[in-house]
Amino acid sequence: MPDTSVSTPPVPLLHLEGLTRRFKGRVAVDGLTLSVRPGEILGLLGPNGAGKSTTFQILAGLLAPDSGQVRFAGRELSLSDPALRRQMGIIFQRGSLDDLLTARENLMLGARLYGLTGERARERVESMLALIGLADRGDERVGTWSGGMRRRLELARALVHQPRVVLMDEPTQGLDEAAFRTFWAHLKRLRDAEGITVLLTTHRADEAEVCDRLAVLDAGRLVACDTPAALASRMGGDILTVEAADPETLAREVREKLGVDAKVVEGKVQVEARQGHALVPRLVEAFPAGRLSSVSLRRPTLADVFLQLTGRALGADVPAAEPAPRKRR
Amino acid sequence: MTAEISTAQPPVTAVAPAPSLPGTLALQWATVRVLMARDVVRFFRQPSRVVGALAQPILFWFVIGSGFAGSFRVEGAQGLGYQQFFFPGVVTMVLLFSAIFATITVIEDRREGFLQAVLAGPGSRLAVVLGKALGSSAIALMQASLFLLLAPLAGVSAATVNLPLLFSVMVLSALALTGMGMSLAWWVRSSAGYHAVMSIVLLPMWVLSGAMFPLKGAGTWLSWVMVLNPMRFSVEGVRRALYGAEASVVVGSPMSGTGLEVPVLLAFATVFVGLAAVSVSRRE
Repeated sequence: MPDTSVSTPPVPLLHLEGLTRRFKGRVAVDGLTLSVRPGEILGLLGPNGAGKSTTFQILAGLLAPDSGQVRFAGRELSLSDPALRRQMGIIFQRGSLDDLLTARENLMLGARLYGLTGERARERVESMLALIGLADRGDERVGTWSGGMRRRLELARALVHQPRVVLMDEPTQGLDEAAFRTFWAHLKRLRDAEGITVLLTTHRADEAEVCDRLAVLDAGRLVACDTPAALASRMGGDILTVEAADPETLAREVREKLGVDAKVVEGKVQVEARQGHALVPRLVEAFPAGRLSSVSLRRPTLADVFLQLTGRALGADVPAAEPAPRKRR
Repeated sequence: MTAEISTAQPPVTAVAPAPSLPGTLALQWATVRVLMARDVVRFFRQPSRVVGALAQPILFWFVIGSGFAGSFRVEGAQGLGYQQFFFPGVVTMVLLFSAIFATITVIEDRREGFLQAVLAGPGSRLAVVLGKALGSSAIALMQASLFLLLAPLAGVSAATVNLPLLFSVMVLSALALTGMGMSLAWWVRSSAGYHAVMSIVLLPMWVLSGAMFPLKGAGTWLSWVMVLNPMRFSVEGVRRALYGAEASVVVGSPMSGTGLEVPVLLAFATVFVGLAAVSVSRRE
């Protein structure tokens, strides 16, 4: 078969086929077909209500899909099958740690829940504590810990029983920049050490950038699935952002005077242009002094890509202007 | 040739089994044990809970017991004072409060995400419910046993206590009450809502169990409510174990003193724990 070339990935570790889930007439996940390759970190990217969390809940075995199937390592499995559940480690948004237990006890609890016993359980607990860099704090109760440390312990707990797939729902929600970086450094290290495959949901553009591949979801449908770099290159040009007192009027004038497509995004005029640097002087010339309060040029981010793919802002990270309440259920 | 090679390849990379893959039953049992042990550890790490659990029944027994002592008289049982009469009722109350507390921890576990993580694991819903119910029962049993050390003060002689009956009644009552609490908890979203359920369902059930006043004295419809009350079998079982069959007949109602407490409580425990397991799996 000429098809089986180098670029075709091996059997996907996890394959979703036509996954659909409705809630009272609203389709939350709409025929989602997605393959997760062994060893990759795949991010489900989208704003609240895009269907990420529903997909996550279905994969976590907490919600039954209305239709569609899941194959794990080529075998079709029911999501409630203990054989499949054992192969998954799960990090929930709300966290699963017991505040009254120590870090070591929390990990041991996780290990035992998945059937590890005796020396093997102890070994795993100690090696996980060491891998997340918290070996010397294993006997502290986790109730007093910071958000970043708790998240790392969640990661260790999800991995303690040696799953092959780790599911994470908005794993870095609420973490500051430093804790976010630490979490991801540990995640990548664990991925290499343990040979796991990761599927996570996120609405953070910075988190999306560090995934190996992204599945972009909008209104329950998959709109794109590619590496962050490939997605960014779809934008083609640069992003020119102009701040001014009256963005709507300015956008119209930019369209008229310069013949480029300008739109208002979060209160600023935004232009996507292939030759961004050449546009800057034309733009500045075209308007009288004082009309523009700032002009900036940058490479497109995944937030821009998302906007282009779906016509919606990824939002939520950014103190959202008006569009956010409309998306609320 | 390429076709030949591809057919020779195994169709999929088989899921490599972990070195010591536990069987399904072993996984279920592990879930039960882990959850049970966790609740016991948590109990001892909350000093206020431990103190409250010990002090509250003693206070209740002394305060209410002595308050009613003067006015209380049971027909045909002149020897049985109110403090004696009330003692088995307080034992049941300890079991009930422990079950209520366990139920509140279920609501907390659900709110904080702990339960979600357990349910996403390989253990079944029944294993999760059993683990919680057994953990709560172990705590209840410890509390009740400590309170029972005061039994000599209630005129119980250690030599005549029917220990097998006492412990089977306590274990089964604890399981039944926790199961009942958990079945209710699943429909109630908040612990505030559960407090309402507690005061309109669970506490009246205790009051109408023969714990505070004999079933005989109540009106007709009320006495039927009392007859069908699961907690009644718990109170009567404890009373019979501590004071002998006559005491439970004297203060009782139809079916009192017939020795039916254990089978009836076993039935209630099975039904309520089963109901709790069904409610856990019925999720949005």
